[in-house]
Amino acid sequence: MPDDIRPTERRGAIRYVAKNMRLDLRLIAEMIPRGATVLDIGCGDGALLAHLTAEKGADARGIEIDMAQATQAVAAGLAVIQGDADHDLAFYPDGAFDYVVLSRTLQAVERPREVLRQMLRIGRHAIVSFPNFGHWLLRWQLVSTGRMPMTETWHREWYETPNIHPCTIRDFFDLCALDGYVVERWLAVDDRGLKAPWTRSPWLANLFGEQALFLLRRG
Amino acid sequence: MSAPIAPFPQVDHQRAVFPDGLALDCGMTIAPLAVAYRTYGRLNAARSNAVLICHALTGDQYVAETHPLTGRAGWWENIVGPGRPLDTDRYFLICANVLGGCMGSTGPREEKTDAAGRGLGRPWGTDFPNVTIRDMVRAQKRLAEHLGIERLLGVVGGSMGGMQVLEWAATYPDAVFAAAPIATAAHHSAQNIAFHEVGRAAIHSDPDWRGGRYWEDGRVPAKGLSVARMVAHITYLSEQALTRKFGRRLRGAAALTFLEDVFEVESYLRYQGSTFVRRFDANSYLTITRAMDYFDLAAEHGGDLAAAFRGTKTRFFVSSFSSDWLFPTAESRALVRALNAAAANVSFVEIESDKGHDAFLLEEPDFHRALGGFLAGCADRLGV
Repeated sequence: MPDDIRPTERRGAIRYVAKNMRLDLRLIAEMIPRGATVLDIGCGDGALLAHLTAEKGADARGIEIDMAQATQAVAAGLAVIQGDADHDLAFYPDGAFDYVVLSRTLQAVERPREVLRQMLRIGRHAIVSFPNFGHWLLRWQLVSTGRMPMTETWHREWYETPNIHPCTIRDFFDLCALDGYVVERWLAVDDRGLKAPWTRSPWLANLFGEQALFLLRRG
Repeated sequence: MSAPIAPFPQVDHQRAVFPDGLALDCGMTIAPLAVAYRTYGRLNAARSNAVLICHALTGDQYVAETHPLTGRAGWWENIVGPGRPLDTDRYFLICANVLGGCMGSTGPREEKTDAAGRGLGRPWGTDFPNVTIRDMVRAQKRLAEHLGIERLLGVVGGSMGGMQVLEWAATYPDAVFAAAPIATAAHHSAQNIAFHEVGRAAIHSDPDWRGGRYWEDGRVPAKGLSVARMVAHITYLSEQALTRKFGRRLRGAAALTFLEDVFEVESYLRYQGSTFVRRFDANSYLTITRAMDYFDLAAEHGGDLAAAFRGTKTRFFVSSFSSDWLFPTAESRALVRALNAAAANVSFVEIESDKGHDAFLLEEPDFHRALGGFLAGCADRLGV
């Protein structure tokens, strides 16, 4: 289990919470220009919001499903509501934000396609990161053991994982094409959030990238 | 409780009086308008650190000091004070007795006036006009102007106080930098109205109420008012809180005797009822519960709650408590969604608590941290 993802259990729900995502968040923050309006879905304790507010003069708001983390963020003076991607996005007006961020959460939502659609309805851009299920180690484990892979990222038994919608980098490209989203930038990163050098080839990135990060806009 | 209780003693409340009066939603103008209030902390030179606290149905302006009638500590002393979430070292805190109240502001207990503002030598009683939450807020706005404050750093309140906070933000958006509606809703539900009606019916059915003219023979409808308080008090607590505090324990007995048994919860409610009538006016209770029942912020804006906040620059902190069934979290969430639809800057947390609606008055560290952090963040932004 990597040190940057830890499971928390609260009111029966199991959920992954980023503890040490600074490098990952830095990559996201690099994509966001100064003064932008941003909605961070699954904002945790608000690390990205605090960074964007302080360093980029952004109007940054957040949604967090875990009440303890949401309370911590609000106590830090950040505009965070307790809520979740599946149920709260529908209430925002069209084009309310320049950027809507969903980091390492897409695989855990009930309806990923609808969440993406909502993100690109309420935001002009969407920034999405997710763990890549096409990574070679996962493929190898499935082939060699005949069982669900268990790695540092995918470390929960199939019957208790919150990651109910895993996908690969190539799957995600396909969904973007299907729903007409323009991929403005994309990159594969390793588990520590460092950029990996496969950006020219989705095929190689899908094999060697542990995490994927996409910047999308409406087509 | 059975002995007749004399009307409570006159207290010299601090007041601002506005001779021109106030035009009410019902079409009547009430003059003069008196607003009784208390302040804590110091107003800074820029007049930018004022925070208005709005009290609940049976609260009053004595937020953070010994109450002049009951001798008890202020109702929000755990939140208001040096270094506390509503920090008197940093903010200038104001709390006004609501219009229709009985702690010195214009209300049914005060002397009735004619259209020219002349005193008629007897209380308003049930002749006092029906007021609304918005009327209460307009009276508070007059007080803020009187104190030289154009824009409030914050408006904070729970329950009916939260209704006033919402009304402030909707009516005077440019005069409210930060709004904290707590354990409240954008309208009073049918269930809430129903409970209020039980309380009013109890007052009406007390022979001492005498059609609202109980002052004429120096009595108060203590039985009716105390029953109203007992019913209301149940709605302020959760089932868990009642069980934790009282369970099925008996007063002064280990087991049922089937004679004069009194459950502790009964004894507690009777005590709540009997102390309440010593500090609260029955006609005020009727007036204020009606104002709450009338409250429907969406209806004031064409049925669309988001329209009440369209284009607002106010920052919101919405908070509910998990075991509050009088103003449940669903109401706060509906409010948050309307604020989101209006693209407002909003924070929202539901505090895990088993204390019911009253939790907003009690020791809830997460709530205090969140409220304090929200307000401090807003103050930082304004350079207060």
